[in-house]
Amino acid sequence: MITSVLRINGEDHTVAFPVHHTLLEVLREECGLTGTKHGCELGECGACAVLVDGEPILSCLMLAAELKGKNIETVEGLQQNNELHPLQTAFADLGATQCGYCIPGILMVARALLEREPDPSDEQIREALSGNLCRCTGYNRIVLAVKWAAAMARGDTWRPPDEEFLGTPLPLPLATG
Amino acid sequence: MAKADSKSTADQPGVADDQLQLSLIGTPFRRVDGHAKVTGQTQFADDLSFPRMVHVKLVRSTVPHARIKRIDCSAAEQMPGVLSVLLGEELPVPYGILPVSRDEHALAIDKVRFVGDPLAAVAALTEDQAHAAALAVRVEYEILPTIDSVETALKTPEPRIHEYGDEGNLHKKISLQFGDTKAGFEQADVILEDTLFFQGNTHLPIEQHAAVAVPEDENRVTLYSSTQTPHYVHRALAQVLQMPASRIRVIACSIGGGFGGKTDPFNHEIVVAKMALKLGRPVKATLTREEVFYCHRGRHPVLMNLRTGFRKDGTMTAQHLRTALDGGGYGSYGVASTLYTGALQTTTYTLPAYRFEAVRAFTNKPPCGPKRGHGTPQPRFAFEVHLDKAAERLDIDPAELRLRNLVPADSVTANWLQLGTVGLGQCIEAVVAGSGWKERYGKLPEGRGLGLACGAYMCGAGLPIYWNHMPQSGVQLKLDRSGGVAVFCGQAEVGQGSDSVLAAIVAEVLGIDLADIRLCVADTDLTPVDLGSYSSRVTLMVGQAALQAAERARDLIARAVSKQLEVPEDCVVFADNRVFYSGEPGKGLSFSEAVIAAEARFGTLGTTGSYTPPRAPGRYRGAGVGPSPTYSYTAAVIEVEVDPETGLYDVEHVWIAHDIGKAINPVLVLGQIEGGVYMGLGEAMMEEQEFRRLPKRLSPSLVHKMPSMLEYKSPGFHDMPQITSYLIETADKRGPFGAKEVGQGPLLPVIPALANAIFDAVGVRVDQVPIQPDLVLKGLKARAKGKAGRVGPAGFPEIDYGDPLVVPTPEQGGDGHATADPHVRKSRGTGSSDGTMKERDQALKEKSSAALTTD
Repeated sequence: MITSVLRINGEDHTVAFPVHHTLLEVLREECGLTGTKHGCELGECGACAVLVDGEPILSCLMLAAELKGKNIETVEGLQQNNELHPLQTAFADLGATQCGYCIPGILMVARALLEREPDPSDEQIREALSGNLCRCTGYNRIVLAVKWAAAMARGDTWRPPDEEFLGTPLPLPLATG
Repeated sequence: MAKADSKSTADQPGVADDQLQLSLIGTPFRRVDGHAKVTGQTQFADDLSFPRMVHVKLVRSTVPHARIKRIDCSAAEQMPGVLSVLLGEELPVPYGILPVSRDEHALAIDKVRFVGDPLAAVAALTEDQAHAAALAVRVEYEILPTIDSVETALKTPEPRIHEYGDEGNLHKKISLQFGDTKAGFEQADVILEDTLFFQGNTHLPIEQHAAVAVPEDENRVTLYSSTQTPHYVHRALAQVLQMPASRIRVIACSIGGGFGGKTDPFNHEIVVAKMALKLGRPVKATLTREEVFYCHRGRHPVLMNLRTGFRKDGTMTAQHLRTALDGGGYGSYGVASTLYTGALQTTTYTLPAYRFEAVRAFTNKPPCGPKRGHGTPQPRFAFEVHLDKAAERLDIDPAELRLRNLVPADSVTANWLQLGTVGLGQCIEAVVAGSGWKERYGKLPEGRGLGLACGAYMCGAGLPIYWNHMPQSGVQLKLDRSGGVAVFCGQAEVGQGSDSVLAAIVAEVLGIDLADIRLCVADTDLTPVDLGSYSSRVTLMVGQAALQAAERARDLIARAVSKQLEVPEDCVVFADNRVFYSGEPGKGLSFSEAVIAAEARFGTLGTTGSYTPPRAPGRYRGAGVGPSPTYSYTAAVIEVEVDPETGLYDVEHVWIAHDIGKAINPVLVLGQIEGGVYMGLGEAMMEEQEFRRLPKRLSPSLVHKMPSMLEYKSPGFHDMPQITSYLIETADKRGPFGAKEVGQGPLLPVIPALANAIFDAVGVRVDQVPIQPDLVLKGLKARAKGKAGRVGPAGFPEIDYGDPLVVPTPEQGGDGHATADPHVRKSRGTGSSDGTMKERDQALKEKSSAALTTD
């Protein structure tokens, strides 16, 4: 066991943990921050992504012991007081979260992207998130939600077109039925 | 606004929206669990932790088929932190999701049946200690021959993987004859035959299965689990632990993706419950990703042979479908899966005569079961590729061929399925128009192509998994002077949005905000039974139960308010958090004042609603699989770009139209459609649950080729095409507000549409999935040599399916019974299925639920 002070979402946590435990394990088991998820613990799915000094890392591949003095950010720190981050608002309102299990990791990677690129292209968003797997959404809605969140953060009024909420208008008239 | 007059929705919910102006339903709204899911507050099973909680690891077989000679736990028991090692003898009662195949033990007792089959469990203070101790358990095996495929199973009746089943290593054989296929084929101008293969694949939920058991006192236990079916897990626990169900509480946590992979009761769930009762402290098991691959219960690999007779005009005269399923090591849902490889074949196009034969083999692999579309994507792939070839042969446009064969709405199929509304025609027209099909199909430059396919799916299985006369879904409402409404229901939110459907229906009927509704779901102690999140049943069945409960509450409140305001009861309107007189909207009460009026008049307020599906017309053995209150319909067109040099291809665009009946929340419906397209593309392009034999001199083992997320390829952010989704609304009165399912149907057409698009692009027929680029290249090379560009299975094995059960079709004046079925005769007088059905009919007649009306 070692004892260390980890700075998580701007708060110091003094924690004791086995030296071989990953940041993922320490966040979930020692700090009670279970918002960060695991899907493989092998660096394959991206569900455990968090930010360390602003950069996305896979917390299942990083030893907690290495992180003394680093600034760690998790999904729990995304919300400011009781106000959702634009990414959170966009994901919730656009249905970009279904089961929601992969979402914390995706939100953190997207947040890092928006920090360095306030107006990302679809390709930049897909590139940034290419290490994250999602089995529910089919990804497109997530890309759109990130674009929407970026617009909100810029104070831009752009929002996804109505067909993303209601379906594409039918090429009417349809003869049958 | 919802009128109190119960006729407006209770009797005919399907037409409710024609009569009522809906305030919430049909408009996109944030899912009720959306805030929790984007803030990390949603609790999944592995997020739970309790004081004094310990950890369990399962010891799994390293060989595919063997007798267990000896399990030596002595070393493990001495390891630090170890509290207990559990063996199968302590859990001797077998279980299984289907009553006809209770062939699993929580921990294998005398035999292991696949690499990964659990045979011991170690509990220790920490997960690390449990893991280390599990590795120290020594097992001696007597190796048995490995059955690695359907072909091997057919050739190797002995040794049997299980001591039950239709014969040797064949778990189930089915042979059904609907109408006169012989005459049908004689009437045909063209008879086409195809043999296709659909490789198995797995759900790959991002959440690994986890379960925590907490002992409540000496003889009660609570299980928190990532399960789609808490009710069935509850039953399995009672059975295996030999405890009254009333002493066991099962709570399904939010589920991190299921897709059918969390619908069986699992070994680890039973083991942690047993261990918690043994140790008197909370016990958790969280599976590793590799273990999730061993739980499997995913898509069956199916070899299919399809013969269909066509007239010159494209109409079909008869079809003969043969399927062979590789079932893996246990029964799971296999008997149902086997029937599903034929049951829904009749739901899209008129088939006057239909013969269906199927066999499911036991093999030494992780058990297959239900994955999104359960047994239907395989034959749907076969049928829709087969139709594409027929269109080519008959020189009829593939869309036109399908339109000429459309099933009529509200008809009964040759295999006795009662259909509801059918929006398939509109679906086809929408994707044809949207994709520019008429102008572009067959006319795009070499390497670029369009493919079209359709599908249909159930809106809930018509029958429960175990025979009973009780409702399949129940909802309770509790209202009080606070104005808040608590909704209790056993349904499990797996991400599909079932919580939102439940809350929205209650909010709509009572005219209140979603924020004023509290949900309590999937808790066998507190919530009325719902059978679970499978077979796309929740929107329709939970929705109908919620509608009934909400209408009963609305009627109580309306009665109290009409007395207080001295206005006619059927002129009391619920909207905008108010209850008021339709003749004078200013005259009314706030919703909470209205509840106070009702609470004062009637005492503490609570209502219930329940749903039992209508009785299906089929009466033959096997008729239990396929019936549903109604069916959803989908059509898709896919555009693909194929590189003729390498066989590599990109899916450029998917146009998909889904007959949803009525969208409760369009934004969530679109999410389900897109998710279905994604999962369908994964299966069509790359996903495969593949196994390999180790060199025989080293080991007899048959091992999973790729039990990791990196090796098991699934689509990523860069693999997704543009998706254009059309919602077709053919409100069906059998569904709440007319709603049908969307969770599974949209996956079905995607797989064959891709195969058909590749043919349009480069003239290569890949009659198997996944369609790996090397298969396309193989076809391209064959074509270059002037051979047919067809890649796929060479043939279909000779299988004796036995004499068919002959069932006259409605067209032939049949009554839904088989003409002669020895099995039924045998069981007459001994509580035969006939008698049970009569009782059930009676029970249904006695109920007054509007949900039961079939017309």
